[in-house]
Amino acid sequence: MTGRTLYEKIWDEHLVAAPEGESSIIYIDLHLVHEVTSPQAFDGLRLSNRRVRRPDLTLATADHNVPTEPLSIPVTDPISRRQLEALEENCAQFGVTVFPRGHENQGIVHVIGPELGVTQPGMTIVCGDSHTSTHGALGALAFGIGTSEVEHVLATQTLPQQRAKTMAVVVEGHAPDSVSAKDIVLAIVSTLGTGGGAGYVIEYRGAAIRDLSMEGRMTLCNMSIEAGARAGLVAVDDTTIEYLRGRAGVPSGDAFEEAARRWRTFVSDDDAAFDKTVTLNAADLVPYVTWGTNPAQVVALDGVVPDPADFDDADEKSTTERSLAYMGLTPGTPIKDIPVDVVFIGSCTNSRIEDLRAAAAVARGQHVAPSVRALVVPGSHRVKIQAETEGLDQVFLAAGFEWREPGCSMCLGMNPDQLAPGQRSASTSNRNFEGRQGRGGRTHLVSPVVAAASAVLGRFATPDEVNS
Amino acid sequence: MKAVHVIEGRAVPLERSDVDTDQIIPSDWLKRVERTGFGRGLFSEWRDDPSFVLNDAQFAGASVLVAGPRFGTGSSREHAVWALMDYGFQAVVAPSFGDIFRNNSSKQGLVIAQLSVSDVEELTSLIREDPARLVVIDVEKMDVEVPATGWVRSFVLDPMTRERLLNGWDDIGLTLRHESDITTFESHSHAPSLRGLFDQSGHLLAR
Ligand code: SF4
Repeated sequence: MTGRTLYEKIWDEHLVAAPEGESSIIYIDLHLVHEVTSPQAFDGLRLSNRRVRRPDLTLATADHNVPTEPLSIPVTDPISRRQLEALEENCAQFGVTVFPRGHENQGIVHVIGPELGVTQPGMTIVCGDSHTSTHGALGALAFGIGTSEVEHVLATQTLPQQRAKTMAVVVEGHAPDSVSAKDIVLAIVSTLGTGGGAGYVIEYRGAAIRDLSMEGRMTLCNMSIEAGARAGLVAVDDTTIEYLRGRAGVPSGDAFEEAARRWRTFVSDDDAAFDKTVTLNAADLVPYVTWGTNPAQVVALDGVVPDPADFDDADEKSTTERSLAYMGLTPGTPIKDIPVDVVFIGSCTNSRIEDLRAAAAVARGQHVAPSVRALVVPGSHRVKIQAETEGLDQVFLAAGFEWREPGCSMCLGMNPDQLAPGQRSASTSNRNFEGRQGRGGRTHLVSPVVAAASAVLGRFATPDEVNS
Repeated sequence: MKAVHVIEGRAVPLERSDVDTDQIIPSDWLKRVERTGFGRGLFSEWRDDPSFVLNDAQFAGASVLVAGPRFGTGSSREHAVWALMDYGFQAVVAPSFGDIFRNNSSKQGLVIAQLSVSDVEELTSLIREDPARLVVIDVEKMDVEVPATGWVRSFVLDPMTRERLLNGWDDIGLTLRHESDITTFESHSHAPSLRGLFDQSGHLLAR
């Protein structure tokens, strides 16, 4: 028998039934819920008189919609408030644990799962949010679902699924110090294109991936969906086990060692075959930024705005023209000459403690350029408190950054944190779609250190420029 | 969901690629707790532009949307499907689709017809030539037809999606036929229960 990939191992272990001529049914070990994609699902349960099958495998938090102003300020938008209240009411009615705004465990759903240790290797995890792929960093099969599927999982703790194809994305060698996990994943998305991963589950492999910290791997897996893949995975190793040790949701003592032994089996076998393999060389990577309106439109920070004339394909040419028009950019402009209006450090891609440490190290002793508004939005309360314990909030505040309450914030602009029309942001989030951060806003995706350096210099910049 | 057999109506050519779900329904609309009324939010940022194709009176009341590659990529928001259907679309024809969007569509009965880039271009020109032309999408036969011109192309639906569309089956009901398998599975599942981890108010209990 040939070996199995990590994906296949998790799939096999969760197969509930494979009825002839129908989709397979797989078991879901953890269902994460938030306020935006769940109200209609809970309504559906009520309409058909169904209960939540496993409230003990379901966990809810408020994140997308919450204001990031001080907690003393109430939620002023009545529609947002209604949605946040609905989450609490639904969870109370159906017996689901929920972390509302201001709760010590509250935060972006993909930040709190790993942080609490409820995301564990070998699990199946779903959430009504496409960036559920983040949890794959711990060797869990995790993917986003729509509201009908949320209702399906609430009612049955399973999902009808078809087996995905497997893709190995191998990043060989070691990345230069100036290259962060965000740069690695921007390079991957740019290589695969926005549709390149469609139908696949990606496993990230190679020395440069093993070099990454667990939080770096989360940044990487987070953006799998930007290449069209529903899930990204990293095999379990010592980094995974050490990250989990001591977390609230994992066993302790001997039971932890026993769990760890099982978790270590969640790696692809040496002789496992992938349907497709894509290889990148880490030594070639540099800091990147997106220039357009989809996350595959990536250029080196040292580069220039591309020219539609450089593309042969008619579709790509017109997409480029449209993107440049929306972004208000002229072909050939050096990226580092482009001024930024807003800097956003946050989102489930880059709002964890290591991200904040890295950004603070650049901001320390500097000041945000007078023309720039810069926000730091920690991914969770726990991240916020940890950062405050380390004094990072003071570093940011002294440098003129805003230090805010946790939530999705300007990643999608559902709360008051939005770009004004025409404003340009350097953002550590994952999507640069038209209007994503506010109507008419222009988003450029970057790493936390590039975001911090750009805040200080008022234009796209790398950290070495700040200190020189 | 309602059973879908044949969709017959006029079509709108969107002629854009990478139409992500943030464009289909901007996030401002996601605050609602209802499932209806999203049609007004469909492409709302583009609809402010008078030259946007959905504002063209010739295409009013169309039931088929024809788009470029990678339609519906991005966020998992099923609101995108609700918005398209609430507006009156019953099918989307494009060369490729976002995975989650395709899935969400199948749960609501929005028919996803995937044709090649050149077929989509041909269909687009046929509609451009005469916006009044009827387009017929047959789920049973799995083809897209412009009857007045003799143009027919077939597409593929996975067998289960096709059955569910034709019968209007509810997924939860289908799965619950296997409830005893689920119960059996649970007796040996490794899923770590959260029971005992949090108190009633979600605070961590000492363990
Ligand atoms: S931070 Fe952004 S991408 Fe992440 S869950 Fe929130 S809205 Fe989605």
